[in-house]
Amino acid sequence: MAKNIGYPLDLKMNHYADVSYDEKERLFEEVKADERYHHVLYGCYECGICVASCPSARFYDFNPRVIAQALAREDVDLVYTLMEDSIWDCSQCFSCDRCPRGNSPGQLITIMREVAVRNGLASAKKALEGYGRIIYKIMSTGSQVSPDMLQPNAFPDWGVHVNEIAENLELWRKALPPETLHTTETGWTVSDKTIIELYLIWHMTGVMDLIEGIDEGLFMILVDVMEERLEDAGYDITFD
Amino acid sequence: MIHLPIAKAKDRLFEADPNNAPTEDLRDEIFQLEKEGEWIVQRVPEPYMEVKTKYGRIKKIPVEKTWHHKSCGQCGHIPGYSTSIFWLNRQFGLDYYDPTDQTSCTAWNYYASATSNPEAQAAVALRNFASAYEQGYFPLIHCGTSFGHYKEVRHALVHQPELRRKVRDIMKRLGKPFVIPEEIVHYSEWVLAMRHRIAERQVIDMSHITATVHPACHYHKLIEEDAIYDPEIYGAQRTAIVSATLQALGITVGDYSSWFDCCGFGFRHILVSRDFSRSFAVQRKIEVMKEEVNPDIVVTHDTGCVTTLDQSQFAGKAHGKKVGLPVLSDSQIAALAMGAHPYKVLQLHWHNTDNKPFLEKLGIDHEKRWSEFQAAVEKIKSGEMEYLTWEDADA
Repeated sequence: MAKNIGYPLDLKMNHYADVSYDEKERLFEEVKADERYHHVLYGCYECGICVASCPSARFYDFNPRVIAQALAREDVDLVYTLMEDSIWDCSQCFSCDRCPRGNSPGQLITIMREVAVRNGLASAKKALEGYGRIIYKIMSTGSQVSPDMLQPNAFPDWGVHVNEIAENLELWRKALPPETLHTTETGWTVSDKTIIELYLIWHMTGVMDLIEGIDEGLFMILVDVMEERLEDAGYDITFD
Repeated sequence: MIHLPIAKAKDRLFEADPNNAPTEDLRDEIFQLEKEGEWIVQRVPEPYMEVKTKYGRIKKIPVEKTWHHKSCGQCGHIPGYSTSIFWLNRQFGLDYYDPTDQTSCTAWNYYASATSNPEAQAAVALRNFASAYEQGYFPLIHCGTSFGHYKEVRHALVHQPELRRKVRDIMKRLGKPFVIPEEIVHYSEWVLAMRHRIAERQVIDMSHITATVHPACHYHKLIEEDAIYDPEIYGAQRTAIVSATLQALGITVGDYSSWFDCCGFGFRHILVSRDFSRSFAVQRKIEVMKEEVNPDIVVTHDTGCVTTLDQSQFAGKAHGKKVGLPVLSDSQIAALAMGAHPYKVLQLHWHNTDNKPFLEKLGIDHEKRWSEFQAAVEKIKSGEMEYLTWEDADA
């Protein structure tokens, strides 16, 4: 599990000696098996362009060059440490795509995150603490953020204008000329048929298995909502 | 000492030659796959406008018959952004479609939490494309992340037969056509291509305004070759997006040293780890712009960028940082230039950083305009009016 292993991250230490090498290697092989992997890692010139471009490197103990190098050198212990302690700092802006070697540390991190989620790694659970409501929103409504999320307790650092929006939300949404924007729980009006098709996509692609791996409570709530709506639409589908 | 005959940077002209492009033209492969019966390619409807991308290739931008793939962040938290895009279409009398058969691309969540996979992401994209095709309209993508992500999806589908097979099967089971658009087009490309027509209809003088531009990472860093470049803008060394639009409106675009930097959005960070987003937005973007250019306005073209750059300044002010730059999208600036109402159309009351000094500099009586908006809201409140209509917005 993810530990408090100090700052800065000592790359020479095997921080997770308690996790077997075989388990770490299994996870690494899962990363390498992703079809994207060999299109986004070609080695490393050690030029540092990715680090210079990286917003997260300026504010976190995070380094995209280390990601590319650890994977290219197949340093199984270090890859595991990075999956537990580093990958969730990435901003996913893909500024590092300007790598002259053709690497994409950002894309490598996408793959590593997917593996971390799929295997229920502690880092994934920790990184996604408090994020469940967002996953619920996107999975169940097809809209990532909604007007009613603008609440003072959720965005205290955005100042008093959030209070003003929250207080006037219903009225201000009606004061929008596009007819599809008179909503508060979703960004726009999404038809029932569209939502059903989205649920069918989640079902056919195994996405709910990922949710179950990191947050069983959220999984159960989502399954209830989805199965009920699918049943109403005439589908006999379960997510178990 | 050897003196090489090198022209000064400002005297050099870089014209990209598509024949020397370092990458394949993906569209050739897309059409080849259509010939092989793999999928349907939805053509850009005529008449279309032509722009050049990074390697000098021509990209077709539809004028109308556009299917507006809305942005969840824009519609949810800065709805004047999308409203301005629709308003511009209406002002030119263009045929467009605002669908309810549309989901978010779900990429914000994917980049934030990884609780999805390539198959699901591609299926969500293709379901939306199929919906546009069925309606007979061409997708125009409002969000920079959706735009970048869909380009990635298209690239993956071309190069990964197994992914293509899986997604085709999903579409079949949904009863949808397996269709890919000829071009993936971002709305800001449409605004750029329309900029001279917008300038012809300009009623607010902006020649005394200085702006800084923040280009969205997912616009010009993901599949970078598909972004618009122009020899007259930064010598075609950087994308021309937004900057070319502003210059057509008479605005001076100021350059600054952290232009390439991200805004600090971070996907998961903006929602659950905002100390990072705030610090980066204020210290690496807003303060740098303020110190090096001191613009009247910051203009960008993506959901997350407007949100992060605008909302982060409140806390920055509390910490005594050099902040106070209003942040708008290019669609809002273009609409404002054409006389759109700052509250009924641009919906500036959803923005955070004080934009009244900017409106005053443009000669806009914001108090009068706010009272007009408030009067409309009162009518809705009393039941006299159900919603604000497009006619009300222009009244």
